Amino acid sequence: MSQSRQPVYRLNKGGRIDRSRTLSFTFNGQHYQGHPGDTLASALLANGVDIVNRSFKYSRPRGIVAAGAEEPNAIVQLGSREAAQVPNVRATQQALFDGLTARSTNGWPNVQRDLMGLVGKLGGQFMPPGFYYKTFMAPASMWLTYEKYIRKAAGLGRSPMEPDPDTYDHFHQHCDVLVVGAGAAGLAAALAAARSGARVMVADEQEEMGGALLDSRETLDGKPADQWVSQVLEELVGCENVTLLPRTTANGYHDHNFVTLHERRTEHLGETAPLENGLRQARSRMHRVRVGQVILATGAHERPLVYAGNDIPGNLLAGAVSTYIRRYGVAPGRQLVLSTSNDYGYRAALDWQEAGCEVVAIVDAREFPAGDWVDAARAQGIKIITSSAVIEAKGSNRVTAARVARIDIDAYQVCGPIQVLACDTIASSGGYSPVIHLASHTGVRPIWRDDVIGFVPGGVKGMQACGGANGTYALGDVLAEGVEAGIKASVATGHAAQAVSLPSAKRLQQGVAVALFQVPHEKPTLRGPKQFVDLQNDVTAAGIELATREGFESIEHIKRYTAMGFGTDQGKLGNINGMAIAARCLGLSIPEVGTTVFRPNYTPVPFGAIVGRHCRDLFDPERYTALHQWHVERGAEFEDVGQWKRPRYYPQARAGATNGERESMSEAVARECLAVREKVGILDASTLGKIDIQGPDAREFLARIYTNKWEKLAVGKCRYGLMCKDDGMVTDDGVTSCLADNHFLMTTTTGGAAAILEWLELWHQTEWPELEVYFSSVTDHWATMTITGPNARALLAEITDINLDRDSFKFMEWRTGNVAGVPARVYRISFTGELTFEINVQANYAMHVWQTLFKHGGKYGLTPYGTEAMHVLRAEKGFIIVGQETDGSVTPEDLGMQWCIGYDKPFSWIGKRALVRPDTKRENRKQLVGLKPKDPKVVLEEGAQIVFDPNHAIPMPMVGHVTSSYYSPTLNSGFALAVVKGGQQKLGETVYLPMADGRTFEAEIVSPIFYDPKGERQHV
Amino acid sequence: MFYIYCPYCGEHREEEEFRPKGQAHIERPAEPEACSDEEWGNYLFFRNNPRGVHHEMWVHAVGCRKFFNVTRHTVSYEILETYKMGEQPSITADSQSLPREVAAVSHQEGVWA
Amino acid sequence: MSNAATFDTRTDSAIPMESPLAYSYRRSGAPATGPASRVTLRERALLGHLIVRGGAIALDEAVRGVLGISLPGQPQTLVQDASGERSIQWLSPDEWLVIVPGGEEFPLETRLRERLGSAHYAISDVSGGQTLLELAGEAARELLMKTVIYDVHPSHFPVGKGVTTVFAKAATMLRRPDEERWELVVRRSFADYCYRWLLDAGAEYGVNVEQ
Repeated sequence: MSQSRQPVYRLNKGGRIDRSRTLSFTFNGQHYQGHPGDTLASALLANGVDIVNRSFKYSRPRGIVAAGAEEPNAIVQLGSREAAQVPNVRATQQALFDGLTARSTNGWPNVQRDLMGLVGKLGGQFMPPGFYYKTFMAPASMWLTYEKYIRKAAGLGRSPMEPDPDTYDHFHQHCDVLVVGAGAAGLAAALAAARSGARVMVADEQEEMGGALLDSRETLDGKPADQWVSQVLEELVGCENVTLLPRTTANGYHDHNFVTLHERRTEHLGETAPLENGLRQARSRMHRVRVGQVILATGAHERPLVYAGNDIPGNLLAGAVSTYIRRYGVAPGRQLVLSTSNDYGYRAALDWQEAGCEVVAIVDAREFPAGDWVDAARAQGIKIITSSAVIEAKGSNRVTAARVARIDIDAYQVCGPIQVLACDTIASSGGYSPVIHLASHTGVRPIWRDDVIGFVPGGVKGMQACGGANGTYALGDVLAEGVEAGIKASVATGHAAQAVSLPSAKRLQQGVAVALFQVPHEKPTLRGPKQFVDLQNDVTAAGIELATREGFESIEHIKRYTAMGFGTDQGKLGNINGMAIAARCLGLSIPEVGTTVFRPNYTPVPFGAIVGRHCRDLFDPERYTALHQWHVERGAEFEDVGQWKRPRYYPQARAGATNGERESMSEAVARECLAVREKVGILDASTLGKIDIQGPDAREFLARIYTNKWEKLAVGKCRYGLMCKDDGMVTDDGVTSCLADNHFLMTTTTGGAAAILEWLELWHQTEWPELEVYFSSVTDHWATMTITGPNARALLAEITDINLDRDSFKFMEWRTGNVAGVPARVYRISFTGELTFEINVQANYAMHVWQTLFKHGGKYGLTPYGTEAMHVLRAEKGFIIVGQETDGSVTPEDLGMQWCIGYDKPFSWIGKRALVRPDTKRENRKQLVGLKPKDPKVVLEEGAQIVFDPNHAIPMPMVGHVTSSYYSPTLNSGFALAVVKGGQQKLGETVYLPMADGRTFEAEIVSPIFYDPKGERQHV
Repeated sequence: MFYIYCPYCGEHREEEEFRPKGQAHIERPAEPEACSDEEWGNYLFFRNNPRGVHHEMWVHAVGCRKFFNVTRHTVSYEILETYKMGEQPSITADSQSLPREVAAVSHQEGVWA
Repeated sequence: MSNAATFDTRTDSAIPMESPLAYSYRRSGAPATGPASRVTLRERALLGHLIVRGGAIALDEAVRGVLGISLPGQPQTLVQDASGERSIQWLSPDEWLVIVPGGEEFPLETRLRERLGSAHYAISDVSGGQTLLELAGEAARELLMKTVIYDVHPSHFPVGKGVTTVFAKAATMLRRPDEERWELVVRRSFADYCYRWLLDAGAEYGVNVEQ
């Protein structure tokens, strides 16, 4: 362990830190110390760490600039071990904890000695906007290679390679009033809303609520402002109707007042969430909040001035200097030069001087600065240089001097001699930009206000902005606006306003600010030293000017060309300056140029918080049948069918294997198929959709929704039905049984169950409400066990009282009775072509019935089979699967199912009209056929394209494709179903299937029914 | 994420409970056989895509399972009204009752587009 | 009596039944109560569940006559008999969920059908297809906030309310029969997912399962 350095810039007193306790932390492998109350940024500054990163494109050394979410440079990678890695954390937003380990995101091999920096220095002149696009464009095939190195060089953090040890949550919240930001405006609004009795949530992104009041020079009722903060918070904590969420960032503002809040619950405590009462707790929580009234009290970000060398470590925002001094007890330097366009900037100089450091000069762009703080600075004897600005910072790894000159803003030029002031810190203030990001997320455009030299939020229904977010900066006005917003929001959500008395704030006399964005340099922008606009994305004023010269006029295009405001920064510091520069270059005003759209998220959100609990085995629902336990114990391999887990096959120990080796899928499937054809198999078919249809018009409804006829289906009978959409294309199929004259049970495909129920409701509710019929899903109520094969009757007869005699219980009929002592409906229908009974019992009895069948099934060779064998068996019979043989472009006639179409039904059923169009009657439509490979060992590839002439020049005309293909143990051959143009008239012809690997298979077009074409076996 | 008033449940519900079902008020021709292929094609496939007030059908899928209609502004995404199946909208693209803020939103959007 | 087939799918004999959570108990276990337990999960298995559809007026009369409680006509309402054993929940303007002690569902359906005569209605037995989970304890509401998208604040979800809403990535019927308990009716095939979700989301409250 190396020797810890003494914190050089830590003040002896002041700030909201606890000097009685010391916390150790590591940054880029060096050990440092800080105190509770520090952020990582304040602790780094206290320790004199100037360089915290290397810049994105030019790899220039960068230091801390800001004290909050707007920090563009101090973006770090947290984590002492692989599983705890967190990228893209702003050091200004990370509370210090003991043992914190952080690294710079950029800089290779390290930030002090950076190899890419050399490239940046040499190539800096040659890396204009679009550099990567222009340079690495050709050859296109090399882009992947280039990209790898560009990304390594850019380095925006990395995700952990090991599973995250923490858990994350979502909370579904609903409230009347959401206050975003707990500064002066937010607290005033929250207080007003809380007293009205409304359900209030207050989200604030910082460690402590209070915002700027925590480091303010101003007083409320003659006392330090933070005392009022404590008093308000105490009241709010005591309100049952108020939820206070510190360390919580409102990251996205979506339609109809839906706001996502990211609450960092344990990030300030350690790398991973500590146990609470011995129980694991969520590290981060996403609150998904539906809000009645949103109050944006997000404050304002100070705008830096854009001058040459403004990215050298030691250049800070004026307000950040004050915050570090007053809140964290850190004066991040010794000699300050302040460059400002307004009175607020003076605060930094006053605080700096009070901290015992030297203010070299205040450089004010205005000719006659006047106001309380200006007077205070004068009274302190601080030198004020007027009509001037810092035009350039000098230094490499830290500011060493400021070049100061008289400037003419209107003429945009330096108009006086340049003086060089030695200093180690330059603070700048160009005024404030209201934080309008959230309002912009909703899609409304912000509104420019000349009086505050900034954009304020556009109007969003159910939203108010107050305080700094609304361009209001005087403390008394901010408080009043907050209370007004709180009261309005309470009333709008149906609550009675209550009186709120505000503390008195002394009204500061302030001079008028001047609109200064980019500071002129004695050289033209394109030839002078770099003036950075967007520090995070390394966008310079020259880059923007160049973009406008290259013809980019829309600010959205300039943004994309230069990358200004991209990524996690979302234009917090740089956007207004960038727009102002574009406006200057284009000869337009800022509102004419307009803004780019800020997008969610406001600051980066860890994937864990986005995902919440929807991960690992809770990623998606897994639906199980009542027999799932049995399948698991039997060693089934499962297949996903929709959300269902269905047994695909049941591999057994391989015959003669001593090492527990199990059958392959093809071996298991062959065994299962033969068992069905020769003995008896059993399938868990519980997943089929089942819809209970009751009502006097049930039969009429079926006739309209199915293609075939239902008027004569008698009680006790079942019928296969096809459903089309009104475009005539097949959409579902299944067997429907007549349980009573007004009562039917419809089965649907496993995947189609919910959609078909909705389909029936759609037609009933929207087109035929006069039909008296109701539909209810009974899918989960019934367990369905299909026993199929020559021995099915003998097996079932052992455990049922139903007469199974072939002439008494015929094919396509159903009966009720007891099976294994359980009331059951048994359907004699078949999807395998064999003698089949589908046993339906209430699902709670399923396991008992299933096990009883196996108790009796041994002597009949009862074999469980899965969906794979089911597919082979049905395909041998030419039975289609909707979604496999069909794809939304297949008609019943294409499937050769003319027998299933009732053209003469009185009502024009769904799909009928479309089926008489010339196109659906066309003879060369793709039609369902069987394919028999010339080589019986070949199993054609599903999806393989079919051609008539394999010698045709490429591109060959493709005439169809394979829809299902398997190896049949019964036929001892591969076989397939396919759709082929005009195929039904081409039986016996040969087609070709050219494969990607160069082979071409031959196959003969045959009938899709490969087995038992007369259908005798199911009737036995 | 929309917040949709279900006219059958009588309260606002989260969008996750609903599914959009396309343009509202599309009636199936009473006599399909009397339609030309073109008329049938129009019924099946052709839909409005207005910039502004649009009438849509939604279903409260995880809820009462009822279909209903929504009048929504396709620029602001504001839902202007919802009404039951079989009812007619009170707000249409050229209706006088278009709330002022809706008009304002579309106007403002127009300026900045 | 309408022309529909009725079928008692339950048998009196001692044939074992498995609740929809039978698999889940074996797979995920049932955490015992601990010193930090703030929420309890209990399955009320094998009850009788009927979906009743039809016009409210005719159904109300029949239900009153047979069950002695009135049909909830207002959306999102739940009514129970004095014992709390029998309940009716509004699901839609023409659909209600009736839950009764296991075994009562078929006699109830039969008597309702007798009362309803030739009216247009439908009754479907779904007793095998869903199960009722009960949450109790001080953290029950917070656990629900992690789980359902619906607002479960007491001001918005008083006793006597019941809604169908989204449960994680599935659906549930959520009801509040009294101040102490919340009820979740979940479909059989989703029950294991719901159970695992509640155990996972409830871990921080020391969720325990009463069997």
